Amino acid sequence: MPRRTFLEAIRDAQYEEMKRDDRVFIMGEDLSCNLFGTATGLADTFGLERVRDTPISEAGFVGAAAGASMVGARPIVDLTIASFIYPALDQVFSIIAKSRYLYGGQARLPLVLRAAMFYGNANAAQHSDRPYPMLMTMPGLTVIVPSGPCDMKGLMKSAIRSDDPVISLEDGTLWTTKEEIPDDEDFLIPLGQADVKLEGSDVTVVAIGGAVRHALNAAKTLNKEGISIEVVDPRTLAPLDRETIVRSVCKTGRAICVDPAHRTCSAASEIAATIVEEAFEYLRAPVIRLTTPDTHIPFSPPLEKGLYPSKESIIRAVRKLVGNAALES
Amino acid sequence: MQENLQDLSIEFLRRMMRIRNFENRAEMLHAEGEIPGALHTTPGQEGAVVGACMALRTDDYMIGTHRSHGHPIAKGANLKGLMAELFAKKTGVCQGKGGSMHLSDFSVGSLGETSIVGSGLPVATGAALGTKLAGKDNVALCFFGDGASNEGTFHESLNLAAVWKLPVIFFCENNGYGATTPVSEAMAIEHVADRAAAYGMPGYIVDGQDIRVVYQAVKEAVARARRGAGPTLIEAKTYRYADHAVNMGRVLRDRGAELDQWLKRDPILLFEQVLLNEGVGNDVIAELHAEVEAEVEEAISFAKSSPYPDPLEAFDHTYIDRVPIPAGFKVGL
Repeated sequence: MPRRTFLEAIRDAQYEEMKRDDRVFIMGEDLSCNLFGTATGLADTFGLERVRDTPISEAGFVGAAAGASMVGARPIVDLTIASFIYPALDQVFSIIAKSRYLYGGQARLPLVLRAAMFYGNANAAQHSDRPYPMLMTMPGLTVIVPSGPCDMKGLMKSAIRSDDPVISLEDGTLWTTKEEIPDDEDFLIPLGQADVKLEGSDVTVVAIGGAVRHALNAAKTLNKEGISIEVVDPRTLAPLDRETIVRSVCKTGRAICVDPAHRTCSAASEIAATIVEEAFEYLRAPVIRLTTPDTHIPFSPPLEKGLYPSKESIIRAVRKLVGNAALES
Repeated sequence: MQENLQDLSIEFLRRMMRIRNFENRAEMLHAEGEIPGALHTTPGQEGAVVGACMALRTDDYMIGTHRSHGHPIAKGANLKGLMAELFAKKTGVCQGKGGSMHLSDFSVGSLGETSIVGSGLPVATGAALGTKLAGKDNVALCFFGDGASNEGTFHESLNLAAVWKLPVIFFCENNGYGATTPVSEAMAIEHVADRAAAYGMPGYIVDGQDIRVVYQAVKEAVARARRGAGPTLIEAKTYRYADHAVNMGRVLRDRGAELDQWLKRDPILLFEQVLLNEGVGNDVIAELHAEVEAEVEEAISFAKSSPYPDPLEAFDHTYIDRVPIPAGFKVGL
């Protein structure tokens, strides 16, 4: 199996699906120059009609993707950075999420919106957003936040083949991570299915995007202390696979929700609420959310660094939950 | 005109009458409490709406606005599904999910009637992109109002369509007001059509009360789009006799003499006069009135006798698959 980076996984998924289906095309800013490295060789292979550079016009081209999808095309929109979705939100919320519903099922909108969450890199408050919680609140959208190259590719391919609109928010802290990916053109990971990344018995850590890596690293350290962690990655945040999360917590009796988004109404909040509602009698300790506090992302690296959940903050939270706080140095 | 003028003219009149009659009756039924929600009517604008739609093929695409009743009727939709939708019934064209602001019949080429001002322009642009990429020759026409031309999406869409030479017709129903605000208070130029120049596309002003003029202008824009020469902006100068929405309990703006002037140029009355002058008999026109009236009454009976949707259908069409119904969800009011 070839080892590919997160960015190469996105590129490969797009390449394979464009090759498989003529109706798939990509548009976005500076695509033909492969600005972000997710379109390597695509313009040369498929031409500039199907790998389409756009003016800086997010509402225009996101809405155009909606229209194109309604007449049978299957657009992928590369929004580059996640906060660039904001100028297009009316199109996302009023058209893309609602057209199928409003018109009683007459419309189909098979499209994908992609954007990188570019946090942790000294890009300040406007370029560091992790906006998936806001998108989760809108029915009709499927929202994926993959945690590694393999999931990225399999979920992206499913997203492109889906007849529902899918938004892929791609964690920039994972861009250079590498994984072996099955060499199969029909390698698909189903939308709406969580994955247990590590089995364990003492604490369930539900982690999102880049936080999954931190959870797995924390588990290694904690394992040496005799604490067994189960790491659950929802992978798709909307619709959320509540069943897998609840099943895990029923087994472990403890839960930590790790989410790089801001705390209020975070994905972690929804997951924690679900656990409390559906697994209350199994809980041996309060559910903990580890999130980014409700302040903006600053430019200065020393200011920014401590804000996000980390391996260390997960370890601290787990020790607190299992009553091993004394191990805290 | 090359088409059979007589047949086409009768159809012009029939569809204008359908819209007028459909809305008159809908307004009464709304007042009687039979139709829930808001109702935005379009009396006075029928010439612009029908003239534009009849210049399209059935498989050409169209997207409209919250003032949605006229567009599907003009494009040839059956009145039963439209009226049943106003009545919020299962047999409605949107199965009771859309209502008055979203009367959209995809079987006649509609891609939606969207009630957020300006939101349809990028969609029409994208539909044109989709057909172009698929190598088809369908065009897309976007209805929007004078108010929408001040939204960012108007400018982004015209620019995109022009730079990509897309087969789209941007059709502005300039009825003089954005809700209650006069155009003169909303923009510093007189004509929406003048904005076309900024995007490198032709912009035309037409008399929206003269259906043949509208039809001809759109026909030419459609031909231009179909041969790959790109988009056109057409501004129909028209007028809405009714308030922004019906039965709001008070007159929002007294338009006095201005309204009287426009009523004298009613598109239906003007066109009936044209046909009479051309030798069409009074009896033909009277017959047409009766035919349309019967058609609308039949649609009302259909709507009244149709069932409401099952409450569990609230969970359909959010996604392709029904969303899970919460445990303990109780149906009914």
